Amino acid sequence: MSDVVATEIATEIAIDQRAVKASSSSVLGMTLFVASEAMFFAAFFGAYFTIYAATAIWPPLQIPIPEITISAIATVLLVTSGFTLSAGVGAARKGKASHLNLWLGVTIVLGVAFLVLQAYDYSNTGFSIHDGTYASLFYVMTGLHMAHVIGGVLFLILVFFQSRAGEFSIERQDPVRSAAIYWHFVDIVWVGLFVIFYILPQGGS
Amino acid sequence: MAVGEVADAVAPEPSRKGRVLEWLTTTDHKKIGILYLFSSFSFFIIGGIFALLIRLELAQPGTQLLQPHLYNEIFTLHGTLMIFLFIFPVLNGFGNYFVPLQIGALDMAFPRINALSFWLLPVGGLTILSGFVAKGGAAAAGWTNYVPLAKQLGTGEDLWILGLLIVGTSSILGAINFIVTILRLRAPGLSMMRLPIFVWSVLATSLLTILAVPVFTAGILMLFADRNLGTYFFDPSHGGDVLLWQNVFWFFGHPEVYMLILGAWGIVSEILPVFTGKPLFGYRGVVLSFLMITALSFTVWAHHMFATGSVELPFFSATTEMISIPTGVLFFNWLATLHRGKIRLETPMLFALGFIAMFLIGGIDGVWTASPAVDFALTDTYWVVSHIHYVLFGGTVFGVMAGLYYWFPKMTGRMLAKRLGMWHFWLQLIGFNLAFFPMHLLGLRGMPRRIADYPSGLGWSFLNLLSSIGAFIIAISLLVFLVNVVTTLRKPRTAMDDPWGGNSLEWATSSPPPVHNFDRLPPIRSNRPVYDLRVAEGRAMPSVDLPTSGGEAG
Repeated sequence: MSDVVATEIATEIAIDQRAVKASSSSVLGMTLFVASEAMFFAAFFGAYFTIYAATAIWPPLQIPIPEITISAIATVLLVTSGFTLSAGVGAARKGKASHLNLWLGVTIVLGVAFLVLQAYDYSNTGFSIHDGTYASLFYVMTGLHMAHVIGGVLFLILVFFQSRAGEFSIERQDPVRSAAIYWHFVDIVWVGLFVIFYILPQGGS
Repeated sequence: MAVGEVADAVAPEPSRKGRVLEWLTTTDHKKIGILYLFSSFSFFIIGGIFALLIRLELAQPGTQLLQPHLYNEIFTLHGTLMIFLFIFPVLNGFGNYFVPLQIGALDMAFPRINALSFWLLPVGGLTILSGFVAKGGAAAAGWTNYVPLAKQLGTGEDLWILGLLIVGTSSILGAINFIVTILRLRAPGLSMMRLPIFVWSVLATSLLTILAVPVFTAGILMLFADRNLGTYFFDPSHGGDVLLWQNVFWFFGHPEVYMLILGAWGIVSEILPVFTGKPLFGYRGVVLSFLMITALSFTVWAHHMFATGSVELPFFSATTEMISIPTGVLFFNWLATLHRGKIRLETPMLFALGFIAMFLIGGIDGVWTASPAVDFALTDTYWVVSHIHYVLFGGTVFGVMAGLYYWFPKMTGRMLAKRLGMWHFWLQLIGFNLAFFPMHLLGLRGMPRRIADYPSGLGWSFLNLLSSIGAFIIAISLLVFLVNVVTTLRKPRTAMDDPWGGNSLEWATSSPPPVHNFDRLPPIRSNRPVYDLRVAEGRAMPSVDLPTSGGEAG
């Protein structure tokens, strides 16, 4: 029966260990969620290339060649925000709360600036969602991405307030890491969208 | 265990209102598992009534009961409810209840997200059903919802899209929860290669879910935009691609088929060893097969589109034939597990054996139709209807029933009656084959699927009548099952902790388990820890026919 007692003790210790492991479960959960989101956008990229391959002139003639300047600035801002957030995660790992607050604040400002520029860009496209498949793809894909950026900004704001309330330490920074995984994903999807909607059409094929 | 029982006895009986509130707000994986089972069976009954209406209409030529448009709505929602709101969630219900127990965990990794993923389900299901009162009626383009028809129908289509968006979100959240739970919350000693095979099946299903369901979500969002925002994804007259829907749908749809069957494979692979008194033959082979099928299932989607003439036939035919290799390994391992086993024909075992036989027929159908030449002849005939039902009813539903009889004592503390179980099994087996085998012949005789009526004199009438009689025998068998469940639930809790002589950890706790699942865990040194404990304690196999009064066998 001593075996049973030993097992009981082992089990209690193990449950403690599992409580520790569970705390990083949220990061794993967010990684899986992002994998799922990646498949979601992959389907749209698949639709884009299916239609692109079957269309002789891309973008179609009624679509003006996109003006690249504004969205290039927006892209630089969003990519930069990825680096500022990484700096924030680094600060969180070292337990430097004030640095974390600063980097989170900068990231949020960059994210909002991206949204403003994209809204401005929407008003200058020169075509509406009804103007053929290119317009369908452009507005649906960038619109869904914009919704993800808005979600990401809200997520970062939440983490920012948690950080200001002193909820993070060297032992606990999972929400920061989760937000960063999500934000990097949104960032990478945008780079893909920038390529297919702003750079690819410049060739005028 | 004693502490838990004392607490139970002392705690005042909660009021009826308190109990309802507890079920509505629970985050306990066991209660959520039961909610999943209850919700799935409710949708099973609704979908089953739709099936009976279809079979009544088709029992003889002529329009008797359902006008063609209503018929289209009924068969569309029959398929949609059965696939998205019965089969997938019922397997999730078992997963919710038994994955944490089988890995010795206290609960799922994210209990509140778990509750959310359950409650999204009835919301999604009712949204789809609400199409019946919408303008233009419910969705009526089949569960595959092909464009352009799906673009032309009424508001019910939008409700179908919205409902499945909700159901899809529910399944993705559930799958993330399962993967994190299985990877992070296993008991000490429970390495991946010691996981119960059912847990492996849930893990594979969850991987498929997070990778395939979002593609479907993207597809139905494109369809929603085409219908409501004036986009042209699927409209060839404006440069869109009508086959894009089929590609997107089946890229999800074929992995979906495996999401609907993997759980049943897991259940049967749990049950066979218990009722043969042998370990599962080739455990590693089964795990590898699950993983190979998970990977291969993303490469076969276009075999649903052979007849469109725009897919690479040799490639998709070859990948489809390849997937029969790991499936064949599974069959071999099940048969090898049975070989020279001491077979106990308890009700769960009967259903497991029924599963093997019926799923074999469904599987062979699939191998045949993977050949393009055969497929061209059989596309959109009743052969296809027969095939899907041999896989999903003969396969999954028999597996689900096996699981229910097997785990019912663990979930409720009560054993389902054996005699009624026998009646249920034989009626279901006979009714099932009577309902669906004639459909093979109807398909070979060229009867198209999804038609509300057919002319007499084509040799279809008698086979259709047989099929309709079979459908009603299935309905009777399910009534027997419901009577069994209701009468058993009124009896006292007499089931032992381990009534079957199980192998996995759920049998190491009481029936039903306490809120915290385990008071203590046995040491885990193999993939059969409870069997090891029995051997170590020198206990023989427990006698199944002699229920003891208490739950103190452990």
